[in-house]
Amino acid sequence: MSVLVDDDTRVVVQGITGGEGKFHAGQMLEYGTNVVAGAVPGKGGQEVHGVPVYDTVNEAVEEEDADASVVFVPPAFAGDAMFEALDTDLDLIVAITEGVPTQDMARVKRRLEETDTHLIGPNCPGLITPGEAKLGILPGNIFASGDVGLVSRSGTLTYQVVDNLTKRGIGQTTAIGIGGDPIIGTSFIDALELFENDPDTKAIAMCGEIGGEDEEQAAAYIDEHVETPVAGFIAGRTAPPGKRMGHAGAIVSGSGTGTAESKIDALNDAGVPVGDTPEEVADHIESFL
Amino acid sequence: MKLHEYQAKQVFADAGVPTPASTLADDVDGVVAAAEEIGYPVAIKAQVQVGGRGKAGGIKLVDDEDEAREAADAILGMDLKGYHVDRVLVEEAVDFTDELYVGVTMDRGAGKPVAMVSTKGGVDIEAVAEETPEAIATEHIDPAFGMHPYQARKAVYDAGVDAALARDVSSVLTTLYRLWDDKDGADAEINPLMVTSDGDVIAADAVMNIDEDALFRQPELAEMEDEAASGDALEQKADEYNFDYVRLEGNTGIIGNGAGLVMTTLDLVDYYGGEPANFLDVGGGAKAERIANALDMVFSDENVDSVVFNIFGGITRGDEVAKGINEALGQFEEIPKPVVVRLAGTNWEEGMEILNEDLVTVEETLEEAVKRAVEYAEAEQ
Repeated sequence: MSVLVDDDTRVVVQGITGGEGKFHAGQMLEYGTNVVAGAVPGKGGQEVHGVPVYDTVNEAVEEEDADASVVFVPPAFAGDAMFEALDTDLDLIVAITEGVPTQDMARVKRRLEETDTHLIGPNCPGLITPGEAKLGILPGNIFASGDVGLVSRSGTLTYQVVDNLTKRGIGQTTAIGIGGDPIIGTSFIDALELFENDPDTKAIAMCGEIGGEDEEQAAAYIDEHVETPVAGFIAGRTAPPGKRMGHAGAIVSGSGTGTAESKIDALNDAGVPVGDTPEEVADHIESFL
Repeated sequence: MKLHEYQAKQVFADAGVPTPASTLADDVDGVVAAAEEIGYPVAIKAQVQVGGRGKAGGIKLVDDEDEAREAADAILGMDLKGYHVDRVLVEEAVDFTDELYVGVTMDRGAGKPVAMVSTKGGVDIEAVAEETPEAIATEHIDPAFGMHPYQARKAVYDAGVDAALARDVSSVLTTLYRLWDDKDGADAEINPLMVTSDGDVIAADAVMNIDEDALFRQPELAEMEDEAASGDALEQKADEYNFDYVRLEGNTGIIGNGAGLVMTTLDLVDYYGGEPANFLDVGGGAKAERIANALDMVFSDENVDSVVFNIFGGITRGDEVAKGINEALGQFEEIPKPVVVRLAGTNWEEGMEILNEDLVTVEETLEEAVKRAVEYAEAEQ
């Protein structure tokens, strides 16, 4: 079992003819993902890695029965690509694109609320159900199939924590990189709910970072609704206020909200141990299993 | 991207927001000429992008030419919280009875814009938000429809703005929202929006921050970007190299890929008793040249006593990283400061084969690499 994706997921890649889209469509196919179509305006009729390309997402859904899309469209057009995907019957959209204007995302999020579709990202590495499918740019070889659900705001930090787990023989049900932008489709709470309802997920690792209040809200949600044991990690303890640490969302505002301390306290209050190092997160997870 | 006060005021004035008469000046004679033109008293205001300019001595009210010369001489060239002042705005002094606050920003938790009005203007609004949140009226805006006129009125009524001013303040807020929306604002603020003794409102300060990710479609605003806006020489150099870089106080230099992992590396340096010198994210898919630039960047910081290079490759390849490190360090007769390297993920084995281990110390795990770099930094002290 897993959440959101498995070996039945049928994927359309938006932007499959671009450099990133083409490369990662190849990597996804190699991993065993059912990439069934590409969608690029004006490129209908072409093939990439033997996969048929359509002009519109809707055609890809109708012709190839796609139920999930991965967006590799440049930032100026990514909002439009997400709207296009939201106007079809897709169950899942994974937006990898970094640098989507925030106001575009506010409009996408508004539209998302009217649908039953899950949106992961943008500015995220995607998600993977080890041994079944990956949608995104995660390096498949560090993951292993197992019992741990992982949700993270950061790409490479996800890889670090997964590596610590996999090297101990602890595999994952599904790992989700939700992205580091101020406005994202799937929050920690959404991901925690999915893992809580997955009978095969026996423990959850949650990697947050400074900025915003998502981790604090997630802590309150865990306290009320999550039975599955959760271990946490928060990056940015040493970040000075007012300085953006790479991710658009990773900033401690002048009034002190969004600090690592407030997030760690909130998680601890909800009974979630927070590791000082990624290795300690793996220690906590191991103790849960 | 932050606009200077004078730029934001121009944008607001062009849209019809009342602003005081003002002129930009970069020398003492220019200040005096501008003041004569506007008429005393005038305010002389340092144009640097930091808060609390007044308290730091960057804003002075003057009544005559002698005072204007003295103030201009003091402010021009001063170091204001690390920023060099090379321009001032000379502005008509407004005779005011009240100070209001109006602002528009993105509420990231709600995923929606929020318009704000308060009668407690003229002070640090974040402090007001912290201590007396009820003093700020907020109205969330549906991004699909934009701000309805009634919402502007509601925020103004809710804030308790004097009834005689309600119409003018609503109109300013409506304009501010439209500008924020049209120009891809991150924040747009007028603090204070002064109420004059004649009962008019006028924008005595102006803040406009633009979403960096949207500058591609805001060419006029992108042109206003000030290369010298960042005060720190190293941060300017980072801009040239196009790195996400933040300079800190410590002596252990840090290079990595991905914001979360780089932040984690900083935290571990602190955890193991060291002090991080910087945050430097090379981003995804960095090639050898970029890796070499990153090392150049960190070595340019004279506080740095050791460097930890932590790469977990997803789209970044270990062989490219190793090539870049060899290239950068190969140029030196003697390596300036010890470098500890940890490679994992995509092509790390190939990277390890290429990496010249005479130039660096290799550690297998993140924790070990950080510990070693902290040891080196301590030994250099």
